[in-house]
Amino acid sequence: MRWDWIMPEPVSNLGAEIDSIYYLILIITGIIFVGVEVALVWFLIRYRRRDGRRAEYSHGNKTAEVVWTVIPFVLVLFIAYTSNDVWLKAKLADREGGAPADAIPMRVMAKQFEWNVTYPGPDGRLDTEDDFAVRNQLHMPVDRAVRVELGSDDVIHSFFLPDFRVKQDAVPGMMIPVWFEANRTGEYDWACAELCGLGHYRMRASVTVHEAGEFEQWQASHGTPAAARIAPADTTGAQQTTGESEESA
Amino acid sequence: MDFSMKRFVSLAVTALIVSCGGGGADDTGGETADEAAGAGETAGPVVNPDSAGTITGVVSFEGTPPAPEPIDMAEEPTCAEKYTEPPVREAAVVSDGNLANVYVYVKEGLPDLDFPTPSEGVTLDQTGCHYVPHVLAIQVGQPLVIKNSDGILHNINTQPSQNRGFNISQPVEMETEREFNTAEVMIPVKCDVHGWMEAYIGVQDHPYAAISGTDGTFSLENLPAGDYVIEAWHETFGTQTQNVTVGAQETQEITFTFSGEMAGRPVPLGEPLVLHADHAGMK
Amino acid sequence: MSTTQLVAPNVSAQHWADPSHRDERPFIRKYVFSTDHKVIGCQFMFLSLFFLLVGGLLAMMMRWQLGYPGQPMPWGGVLPETMAPGGILLPEFYNSLVTMHGTFMIFFAIMPLLVGMFGNWLIPLHVGASDMAFPRLNMMSFWITIPAGLIMVSSFFVAGGASGSGWTGYAPLSAVPEYSGVYMGQKLWCISLVVLGFGSLMGAVNYITTIVNMRAPGMSWFRLPLPIWALFITSILVLLAMPVLAGALIMLLFDQLIGTSFFLPESGGQPLMWQHLFWYFGHPEVYILILPAMGIASEVISNGSRKPIFGYPAMVGAIVAIAFLGWVVWGHHMFMSGMNPLLGSSFMVSTMVIAVPSAIKVFNWLGTMWRGNIHFHVPMLNAVAFVAMFVIGGLSGVFMASTPVDIFIHDTYFIVAHLHYVLFGGSLFAIFAGIYYWFPKFYGRMLNPTLGKIHFALTFVFYNLVFFPMHNLGLAGHMRRIYDPNQYGFLEPLQPVNTFISVSAFLLGAAQLIFLFNIVWSLWRGQRAPANPWNANSLEWSLPSPPPHGNFTAMPRVYRGPYEYSVTGREADFWPQWDPPDGRPAPDHSPDGVLIGDEKPASREPHR
Repeated sequence: MRWDWIMPEPVSNLGAEIDSIYYLILIITGIIFVGVEVALVWFLIRYRRRDGRRAEYSHGNKTAEVVWTVIPFVLVLFIAYTSNDVWLKAKLADREGGAPADAIPMRVMAKQFEWNVTYPGPDGRLDTEDDFAVRNQLHMPVDRAVRVELGSDDVIHSFFLPDFRVKQDAVPGMMIPVWFEANRTGEYDWACAELCGLGHYRMRASVTVHEAGEFEQWQASHGTPAAARIAPADTTGAQQTTGESEESA
Repeated sequence: MDFSMKRFVSLAVTALIVSCGGGGADDTGGETADEAAGAGETAGPVVNPDSAGTITGVVSFEGTPPAPEPIDMAEEPTCAEKYTEPPVREAAVVSDGNLANVYVYVKEGLPDLDFPTPSEGVTLDQTGCHYVPHVLAIQVGQPLVIKNSDGILHNINTQPSQNRGFNISQPVEMETEREFNTAEVMIPVKCDVHGWMEAYIGVQDHPYAAISGTDGTFSLENLPAGDYVIEAWHETFGTQTQNVTVGAQETQEITFTFSGEMAGRPVPLGEPLVLHADHAGMK
Repeated sequence: MSTTQLVAPNVSAQHWADPSHRDERPFIRKYVFSTDHKVIGCQFMFLSLFFLLVGGLLAMMMRWQLGYPGQPMPWGGVLPETMAPGGILLPEFYNSLVTMHGTFMIFFAIMPLLVGMFGNWLIPLHVGASDMAFPRLNMMSFWITIPAGLIMVSSFFVAGGASGSGWTGYAPLSAVPEYSGVYMGQKLWCISLVVLGFGSLMGAVNYITTIVNMRAPGMSWFRLPLPIWALFITSILVLLAMPVLAGALIMLLFDQLIGTSFFLPESGGQPLMWQHLFWYFGHPEVYILILPAMGIASEVISNGSRKPIFGYPAMVGAIVAIAFLGWVVWGHHMFMSGMNPLLGSSFMVSTMVIAVPSAIKVFNWLGTMWRGNIHFHVPMLNAVAFVAMFVIGGLSGVFMASTPVDIFIHDTYFIVAHLHYVLFGGSLFAIFAGIYYWFPKFYGRMLNPTLGKIHFALTFVFYNLVFFPMHNLGLAGHMRRIYDPNQYGFLEPLQPVNTFISVSAFLLGAAQLIFLFNIVWSLWRGQRAPANPWNANSLEWSLPSPPPHGNFTAMPRVYRGPYEYSVTGREADFWPQWDPPDGRPAPDHSPDGVLIGDEKPASREPHR
């Protein structure tokens, strides 16, 4: 990630739309900012106290009041109107423009201080025999959406994928849908963005976007038939044995 | 003194009252171990060796033990690289028919003696993202020395039911001391940063507790002569008790036998070791 | 019509100052347990500045960790092992620092400064009263702040330490000690704030009553100085918002203590309910923290520009609009919380709209300066900085009001930058302006203007060096409340920025020592203040510095608004509110202090 005035390159199409709203606001507020601060400094210089000068005895100007009420009002409503469509596309996963029908379902459970991802396995459905779980790694194919059911085992965490412009709080007692799609491959950051205890600063994970076909290979190599739940302590789905750690699906 | 000076002095006095009241002694509620009262090792001069006996024994395991579960430490390379063989959970450590990590202790029968609190501490080490030892015996008021040998963030989250617990972090190589005030069997310990880490601490107000080794053996020494109830606790296979009578200068040998069917019995912990919650019933 | 029509029925019972008698009360009653609003205002000043220092110190420790992660802090050895073994801050202690910095600054510094100090100093004098409506309640509202503060400080010294769940205290982290490692500390946090809330409520009741009932003859609503309008509206916000906080805190205490589960999902509770309750209080709270500052800025800018405030009715309308709209925007703190996204849409609209009255105020301040005759006295420097910085804070708010952009910047340093631009760049600069402006009136001494200018310049520079780069950190994705950002690959390159901010913060903290020194030094050695050092118009400047107990020797009479500067045709560039119109006799006083010889009721006079 570059550190800059502008945000790092988004890897999702929706992320690019979010960025364009940001730039719109940046331009509008930037113009206002420069205008107001320049006017302020100009007034301070031009109207500084000088002998023989006297301030103008005026209590205001109704026209000015109307102008600088109406124009900001129109501007902010315009920004709100433009923002809303992108917002609903991002958050209402099941509405038009939301998660595509062929999105891969996954379940992400947050807990102090790790993320546990349950994959649907080759059959593409959650809560079936071929599900498996991995800790702190989310793998997905490029150009194909993922629809995550997000939950938490203990406190509120927040699922933050900076490059995807995705953020959603993980709330215990709720399962919240989050969807996203990558338009290029690579490994990307995944952070927790809600104070969740002393390990909050270290609750990092990664998202790996594979080439088409590579994701299926990865899934096949990890996916051994196993309980859909994450067993205590270990993940990766390797050799789930009988014994005390088994939970029923 | 003029008006504003008087005012300032009075307000400074008020401010001083405020600031003096605000600073308190550093009181961490008695959880931090300080100089333990009393000196000496276990079962010191309180018990006369001439009239004391010993209970020794073996904890054995019948049948095929469950296969050990491997732990994936890929995301913590600092720890993962310390292992030549893949690390495994220690929920059931069986070798040659012997069960290790069984906490054996005197449950009933001790005379009312005032056992001194040892000043020497018991160490719980975090090394290779692993608690060493896995099961630990400590006395009330004895220092628990928690050591971070890994140099990465660990947190030590104890969840007792009789004692006041604590949830503290060690971000670097360091040692922290704590202690427990009440006897309790057993206090689970977990690390929230590395969810596979688990340990158990047994607290007694007497020194007669032991942990079985890999050869299954344990030994309770310098016991006053008398009738006792000895309990053996294992995290997976539950508890068992035996009645033992020990005479002066006598050694009694006992055996506890656990087997696979005992797994899943209710394990007496104050709070169950919650490593993840049940997802049923959520929206 | 007689003037008594406009005057509160008890006004003749007011204790007017009698210059022929010295104040005979004992020292304790006069300066410690005093019911005199001026003394209480001074007490609030000392208490709040102390907690401002505490909050600042906590921030310095946080900045040490962020600037030099994992390194032993200078003098860190004085901290106990539970906080910083070997001087290295522990993560749980860092979380407590984050939490308590916010808690102390908001509840024990800014609120008591703006509402406690300025409210007490200004309200009776500006409306023309001898004291508050309920002087003993007033005294109580100060003294209750002290146990509240002691409880909050004590939470650092109990087992498990102070609360580490943020000043926002989100449940379940705050409700379950097993999750946070904090036991008694969280309960003490809740109790302290409930106690403090009582003090605020007492103050609010007092302020509203005084402003409504005890305005002197001629002091119509639209002749009130703008700080009074701001404090009046703020008091209504306090009255309605603090009980919501108290309710939420008691529910949180119950969850921790008696086995309820308001916020615990395992037993049917709702974590989101805590957020709704907290922010329903929390958003009006931030307007409580800014409105009095805006009032002070208006007062000082008009005085400094020697010009009437531009658009007084619009300024009042904007205050009312901000307060009113402030009740329907709380959800913008919860866009990512998991509440229904459609609520995100509605709260976005209301949040965007609330930008408008703030914009109106900014333009009106500019309009006041336009064609003025600007005197750069120290209060004016700070008030102008307030406007300049508040603009930045307000505009950055537009980004987070837009829900899709908030997806990225929520819980990042962009938010931290925004809140500090409005709370420090805004409120604190206005507080500085107000202290430099009114300190002479209440302590009888001028603050040293050279030290004042140096303090201002250093503060302004370092403050921007600290907080402006935080916008960029946030845009790079740097999250909030993170003990060690280097754990994340994408944040490692930002370490030099964090170090730069930390060094600037240390310098910023050091610069405040100049301000404190100025206060202490001026109390002993400051130039004696005249009655009206700023050639201002409001009623307090008609009195000696400091005013006597009881303020006015006779009921004041108000003839015009408070911003009559540079009136056409008059030689002086100010025309105080109490100065009778030309050709009118000076007011006469009957033996009981009531004015006579004045036939016209104030309400029929134009306010210009």
